[in-house]
Amino acid sequence: MTTAAVSAPRATTVEATKTRQPFRWGQVGTGMIITLVIVWCFLPFYWMVVLAFRSNAHTYDTTPFFSHVTFSNFRYAFNTSINQFGRSLINSLIIGSVVTFVAMVVGVFAGYAMARLAFRGKGLVLAAILGASMFPGVAILTPLFQLFTNFGWLGTYQALIIPQISFSLPLAVYTLTSFFADMPWELEQAARVDGATPGQAFRLVIFPLAAPALFTTAILVFLASWNEYLLSSVLSVGKATVAPSTVAIANFTAGPHIVPYTQTMAAGLVVTVPLVIVVLLFQRRIVSGLTAGGVKG
Amino acid sequence: MTVAGPAAESAEQTTAVTSPPPTKRNKIKTGEGRLAFLLVAPTVVLLALVVGYPVVKGIYQSFQSEPGLDPATGFFSNTTHWIGLGNYKHWLLQQCAKSGGGTGKCPTGTLGSQFWSSFWVTIFFTVVTVTLETIIGMCFALVMHRAFRGRGLVRAAILVPWAIPTAVTSKLWIVIFDPQGILNKVLHKHILWTSSQWPARFAIVIADVWKTTPFIALLILAGLQGISADLYESARVDGASAWQRFTRITLPLVKPALAVAVIFRTLDVLRMYDLPAILTGGANGTTTLSILVVRQLTTGLNTASALSTITFVIIFAIALGMVRLFNANIIGAQAKGTK
Repeated sequence: MTTAAVSAPRATTVEATKTRQPFRWGQVGTGMIITLVIVWCFLPFYWMVVLAFRSNAHTYDTTPFFSHVTFSNFRYAFNTSINQFGRSLINSLIIGSVVTFVAMVVGVFAGYAMARLAFRGKGLVLAAILGASMFPGVAILTPLFQLFTNFGWLGTYQALIIPQISFSLPLAVYTLTSFFADMPWELEQAARVDGATPGQAFRLVIFPLAAPALFTTAILVFLASWNEYLLSSVLSVGKATVAPSTVAIANFTAGPHIVPYTQTMAAGLVVTVPLVIVVLLFQRRIVSGLTAGGVKG
Repeated sequence: MTVAGPAAESAEQTTAVTSPPPTKRNKIKTGEGRLAFLLVAPTVVLLALVVGYPVVKGIYQSFQSEPGLDPATGFFSNTTHWIGLGNYKHWLLQQCAKSGGGTGKCPTGTLGSQFWSSFWVTIFFTVVTVTLETIIGMCFALVMHRAFRGRGLVRAAILVPWAIPTAVTSKLWIVIFDPQGILNKVLHKHILWTSSQWPARFAIVIADVWKTTPFIALLILAGLQGISADLYESARVDGASAWQRFTRITLPLVKPALAVAVIFRTLDVLRMYDLPAILTGGANGTTTLSILVVRQLTTGLNTASALSTITFVIIFAIALGMVRLFNANIIGAQAKGTK
């Protein structure tokens, strides 16, 4: 505690002197690598954007900037006589919303208990939840494939939603636990001293404080569901009316004798742009959510 | 399990610090226990249903024969029977049923013959991608940690490859890796990236490293930010070189964050499916264990169950080994630090 209090102001003075220095070769090197990192992250994505707006006849044109600009690729992507891409976006939204809702509603209670309450067998429960998320998708896929075949559920929403609980619920519990562990619990203690039950303290004091953490966790869970491919591709058995967008993109076609690169990039862009916007808007929160727990200390 | 460590510890610490005097404690504790049970129960029940039940059922099925022609009677039967380790022998010892009864070596081209090649390809992907991602990610993180201007921009940029769904990433790299695509044009080469063995494998490595390195950098950066600047300052005063500061201060202190990132990534690559399944379709020696399981699904479910069981046993064994390995090192580093 004392060391932290001492080191904090000193660290800021070091930062201040560093930024005030007029010129250093080290900074040039740093700047170059920073640029490299940004180029690394954006370059392939940039190429996707360029191709999405390029006429299919010029697929192999390697002009590095926008050329032969057209919107036909997007019209193609949403043409229902070729692909069910528009439908798949709605499917992804339905599946993602239900999965996120279930994982959050169930996970928030477990996360609170893990972070806040002392109880016997806590380590065991935590190990079980983490262990559950460690199983490879194929380990639950094989039995579920048979089970859903017997139920006649292959190619239905429930067959796509239920298996996703296996990874989304541990993710929610794990992220919420580390968020909750970091919250100002003195306030809860104060409420308890004033005579509130643990339940009341949770509902009236902690829940409003926890809203940003809940929101961030919900975004992470939704993204995980939106990006899922293995379970969905097998359990949807190619049924386009329920398959999510990842499956639709993987099976994307543009009719016979056409290399559908530009159209696929257009569809990929439609899937990606909302995610990138959400992620950039909430980047601070998402980074804290991703790095919470695992990297403390 | 190491991951849980810090969170659980800090939770216990806060409870210990803020808990009321002992007289009140017992009463609250029993109430807490009951409340905790109610709060945790739905999660445990749900996970038991969607993870526990399928996994146990899969293990049970893996010891059953496939429904089909019974070699003893010559009739088709829908019932399965206990065959012990038969399905495991099929994969691990490459024993396939012969038409004349009995077992023999699996003919090349069948799924059964591909187990060991899939296993080694999966290990190859794991070792190569995790090593590259850790080294490059470490460099990125060190640079971001030193930079004061543009750090926000980099952090935003890093989330872009992470946020793109793997299915889209795979399609994007198919386009880039096309024989007539942009990469060959830039390199002035004519590499058949996705249709010959080693280029196909490296295509997958490149795509995976592109997508995940920034994410690892982010995790390491968070670890770096927890290191006090005091340590570096006093080391510098004592005349430590930049390399010494890196190996004696940065590495030991960032190790817990690094260990978590490496373990998580290893588990992820060991079960990799999306990227090779879409990018190469598992062709040309890029069939991972997960792809092999999915292919086996349509030919025989109980044999597939054995393979998925083998897959997760491998993953658990490697995870456990890594947790042990890193834990030992972490404890070692901490012991050194306190001396």
